[in-house]
Amino acid sequence: MVVKDIIDILEGEVICEGDLDTEIKTACGSDMMSDVLAFVKDQSVLLTGLVNPQVVRTAEMMDMACIVFVRGKMPDQGIIDLAESRDITLIKTRFRMFTACGKLYANGLSGGTAV
Amino acid sequence: MSNIHLHYDVSGEDFTRAGEASGSVKKRLKALGYNTDAIRRVAIAMYEAEINMVIHAEGGFVDVDIFPDHVDVLLSDHGPGIPDVEKAMQEGFSTAPDNVRNLGFGAGMGLPNIKKYTDDMRIETEIGKGTDLYLTVRVKE
Repeated sequence: MVVKDIIDILEGEVICEGDLDTEIKTACGSDMMSDVLAFVKDQSVLLTGLVNPQVVRTAEMMDMACIVFVRGKMPDQGIIDLAESRDITLIKTRFRMFTACGKLYANGLSGGTAV
Repeated sequence: MSNIHLHYDVSGEDFTRAGEASGSVKKRLKALGYNTDAIRRVAIAMYEAEINMVIHAEGGFVDVDIFPDHVDVLLSDHGPGIPDVEKAMQEGFSTAPDNVRNLGFGAGMGLPNIKKYTDDMRIETEIGKGTDLYLTVRVKE
């Protein structure tokens, strides 16, 4: 799956465009950034309901190419600028966390771990 | 190659800027051609520690020494110190206030995460004086 597919599946709106052809292998859905930082996986997408610059910084440290804001949450310009400078794609979807994760899972994306 | 020394001051006043030093070190290591795994481990450990500094200690400074086979990081603050280091190392134990949790941190994973991603971690802390956190990440090819 590539970033473009995630946009389609989640009927998402691109807020900040990075490389949309980047391959995404795993996903992580959380509002706790320390939990995200505890589970390093290659080429992940982050789904979150949290909207602050630390979401982008967390993605940056983890080499994540894409962040999805669930429940239609809109990041402010500071967050968008930060993502742009880090070449991270930001997507907004109207779906809630559970539904957004479920849709990606049903389309073949996994958490990357057995548990 | 001789080692490269980097120094950063971490502001305790602006949570939105926490992580700037870590991001900058990550960029530097990438430019120097270190392997992705080592870079990520340095970045995550340093980022968690930087966040801790801002949450608990009103900021401080970071010294980074980059060697060919390892990276040393010292994070030093003049915060309140850690009363019980063993307890602070337990996953889930947190003394962070609610407003920090609302920002996505304070889940009690900071120090455990730092330990997980580093090869060596040492805490020197004194109540009322501050905390020095020494981290080492070895570069494995």
